[in-house]
Amino acid sequence: MGQAYSAGLTVTDNIILRKERILPLKGQVVVKKGDKVKAEDVVAETLLPGKVIPFNLANKLGVTPQQLENYIKIQPGQKITKNTVLAANKGLFGLGIMKNEVLSPIDGEVENISSVTGQILLREPKIPVQVKAFIDGLVTDVIEDEGVIIENKSAYIQGIFGLGGETYGELKILAESPDDELDVAKIDASCAGKIIVAGAFAAYHSIDIARKNGVKAIITGGLDDQDIKKLLGYDIGVAITGHENIGITIVCTEGFGKINMANKTFELLKRFEGHKTSIHGRTQIRAGVIRPEIIIPLEFDEKELVAKTSSMPVLEIGTVIRIIRQPHFGQIAKVTALPEELTKVESETLVRVLEAEFEDGTRTILPRANVEVIES
Amino acid sequence: MQYDEKRLTRIVATDCGSTTTKAILIEWVDGEFRQTLRGEAPTTVEAPLNDVTKGVINATQELEELARLKYHNPNIKFMENGEFVIPRKGDVGVDAYVSTSSAGGGLQMMVTGVVAAMTGESAERAALGAGAIVMDLIASNDRRMNYEKIERIRQLRPDMILMAGGEDGGTVKHVVEMAELVASADPKPRLGSGYKLPVIYAGNKDAREEIIKTLGEKVDLIITDNIRPKLEIENLLPAREKIHDLFMEHVMKQAPGYNKLMEWTIGPEHEQVPIMPTPAAVGNIMQAIAKEEQIEVLGVDIGGATTDIFSVFTKDFVFNRTVSANLGMSYSISNVLASAGLDNIMRWVPFDINENELRNMIKNKMIRPTTVPSLLEELVLEQAIAKEALRLAFEQHKSFASSLKGMQKQRDISEAFSQSLSGETIVNMLTLDLLVGSGGVLSHAPRRNQTVMMLIDAFLPEGITRLSVDSIFMMPHLGVLSEISTKAATEVFNKDCMVYLGTCVAPVGKGKIGKPALYAKLELPDGSVFEEDIPFGEIRLIPCEVGQKAKATLKTHKGLILDQDKKKEITVDLHGGIVGIVIDTRGRQPFVLPTEKSERIAALKKWMKELKAYPEHILV
Repeated sequence: MGQAYSAGLTVTDNIILRKERILPLKGQVVVKKGDKVKAEDVVAETLLPGKVIPFNLANKLGVTPQQLENYIKIQPGQKITKNTVLAANKGLFGLGIMKNEVLSPIDGEVENISSVTGQILLREPKIPVQVKAFIDGLVTDVIEDEGVIIENKSAYIQGIFGLGGETYGELKILAESPDDELDVAKIDASCAGKIIVAGAFAAYHSIDIARKNGVKAIITGGLDDQDIKKLLGYDIGVAITGHENIGITIVCTEGFGKINMANKTFELLKRFEGHKTSIHGRTQIRAGVIRPEIIIPLEFDEKELVAKTSSMPVLEIGTVIRIIRQPHFGQIAKVTALPEELTKVESETLVRVLEAEFEDGTRTILPRANVEVIES
Repeated sequence: MQYDEKRLTRIVATDCGSTTTKAILIEWVDGEFRQTLRGEAPTTVEAPLNDVTKGVINATQELEELARLKYHNPNIKFMENGEFVIPRKGDVGVDAYVSTSSAGGGLQMMVTGVVAAMTGESAERAALGAGAIVMDLIASNDRRMNYEKIERIRQLRPDMILMAGGEDGGTVKHVVEMAELVASADPKPRLGSGYKLPVIYAGNKDAREEIIKTLGEKVDLIITDNIRPKLEIENLLPAREKIHDLFMEHVMKQAPGYNKLMEWTIGPEHEQVPIMPTPAAVGNIMQAIAKEEQIEVLGVDIGGATTDIFSVFTKDFVFNRTVSANLGMSYSISNVLASAGLDNIMRWVPFDINENELRNMIKNKMIRPTTVPSLLEELVLEQAIAKEALRLAFEQHKSFASSLKGMQKQRDISEAFSQSLSGETIVNMLTLDLLVGSGGVLSHAPRRNQTVMMLIDAFLPEGITRLSVDSIFMMPHLGVLSEISTKAATEVFNKDCMVYLGTCVAPVGKGKIGKPALYAKLELPDGSVFEEDIPFGEIRLIPCEVGQKAKATLKTHKGLILDQDKKKEITVDLHGGIVGIVIDTRGRQPFVLPTEKSERIAALKKWMKELKAYPEHILV
């Protein structure tokens, strides 16, 4: 077999991107097809239904659920304010003595009244939600009541793991080389609102200083497991991230531990220093893989907006790979052979292997499962 | 409809897992059904391909290539124009194609009940038995406020909901209240927004009318028999069947490419063979073994994301399945560390390692789940983690696999003093006959001896227990194959799937290291005799091949027992296996490892050497 499918992450200076920006529930799209938008522009908005508050009205009134309808003062769908009378009895002998009134605890709406359980459901006012463009680009399609498709040409890097949500800012390189650690001394007020690039590692202390200096995001080769725990206050069990509220977005390009940022990634970021960049840390390894993204929008002509059809990355002779497990973890090499037969590696595991050559000309044999194609 | 070799000579079966689609070829060869080839390819249910059948085609192509090589026949093919040719015509096509699936996260359900430990648990058992992952159990008495429950239902986005509650003639109010919460949460299905969420109602039949009134318009409501018609009766089958129907009708149809896949899975007469959730297929196989051989069985399937445990215990063959949704060897590996704690993992590692390195290694496996341990040290570490994942999943299983809770139990005089309660676990390791392992880390361990070690250390079998492993992970395939041919499924199961590893003999009780624990005399089929008064705290491995038996005389010393009747001396035939007979005198209840690090490492090395688990150089 001359080729095989493999996992891969994209690092490229030129890609046509197509991003769906969709509301969580149907609502209103506020831009139209053909509009040029900025990352910070709102493209769609809606109102999410408010919280439901169950309330046992029969109990509060001291009647059975079946009797409730004789005393109820509201009906489903009715708007209410705090202290609206929901139900009232007539008091002793119908004379209003010791009359009991039950008042609404919230502003909102009556959702449902049950004569079986005596429970009513009240709903709080709706919550406004907005979806922003996230990337500078062109609205190429509108999905009625739901959202838009935004396209652009970008330099683009997929990270392996990230924390924190969507943000944007100017790119600022703080590392001298891909094997540098993020230096606290270099993080100052000039970094505020920026996306800073570390080399091989960003330790907790430097992340914390960056956060305090108003840095929007950090791009780093590696992170330490214990630093993340300190940052979040809990240990990550499964890699579903991006919702963390830590005041900064972090995208890790290589993995856990101190790992040099791939040269190609570092050089690409360096080339675009000062450019406006969109970034998010959303990661989901399982069931609908989502990887963190670094998007640097470029000038483009509408005619260029033809996205390549996606395909699975292929391993073949000459493919550039990143080694993603020990030994040689983090190193970049080129595939030189793809032998067919199963081979026993040090752990005695029988696996399909490949032969790869490092930049210095030395060669090694590795399980195919332990490499990642660097796509461009 | 069941078929034999007259209509089935070549079958392709696939299991579309969350990471890999595994295809096997089953053929009628020399008068018997055999599994002849295996191929695999990445599952393609997600972007960029978004079509599960692409992975099936890739895996089947690998089978075709291997078949052409094996039979030196370039004309063999199973598919034409990207579809299976059924039935087979000479070199072209197969007689049936069947499949199981857990791709896209499998079947995800939410269940509700009135009392969590009673109807709630019954609903959970029904859902788990049908192969689902239970995302949450919401019950009237679960201590959450109603608004919290509504929020939770809204967030979950399950594939379907199973509602139980109330015995027939019992509470209506609480059941309806739960329906009101579901109605006001207005839950949306996880996949596809163009259809209503299926909700199965299997509670008090007197509440049906109110349930229809409350939920009828909001969800796709299906009513079936009460899961717990009386406190002392559990009736899970009707609800389980409804879950399977809905899994096909709703959930599968929404997953990318499954409409096509559902048309593909057909038998020789072109009749549909429903796609089965992977765990349901494995459950079928476990129950079939227990019933056919009249034994108690405990099975485990450890995957990348989840660990499933199946058991069949008691003379009534009570079946239980649990799924530990966040215990697995890749996607969930970091959660194993978080749940077990570093110390519990380190207690199985026979060398020193920097803790930080280990933590980062685990996280790297989490974000790159398909990598394999290339270095020996990393293999040892992964197997240490596997022991803890298995142990934790088994603990969950033991507490779930219990007699029905909330029942009045009639007790005789002797039981009145034993403080036994309803709801106690029915898992009894002393009466267990067979422990079956399955899933990557167990099925693909470089040495089968490692599989034996992991099974023993994690499950701590007691008394005499046979150990086996699914050779290449084909139980799901055989589980669904049995729908059209029990004969083919059984033959392949016995010849190619089950690998008997051997037998574990483990006396139960405390002892002192070095003091005599078990006198064992084994007369082996080759005429040789193993005889030793084995001290406490040791392991012995006595080779005895598959299909052979050793005649054993076993006598325990003070404080130790070997079976349910607390016998101290027994004569018994012990089954051999690919690894052999393991005598484990490290004690049970409790099983204790030395606490002092250097002592523990020395003990681990001694046991691993005896078990031939790893190359000697790492155990020096």
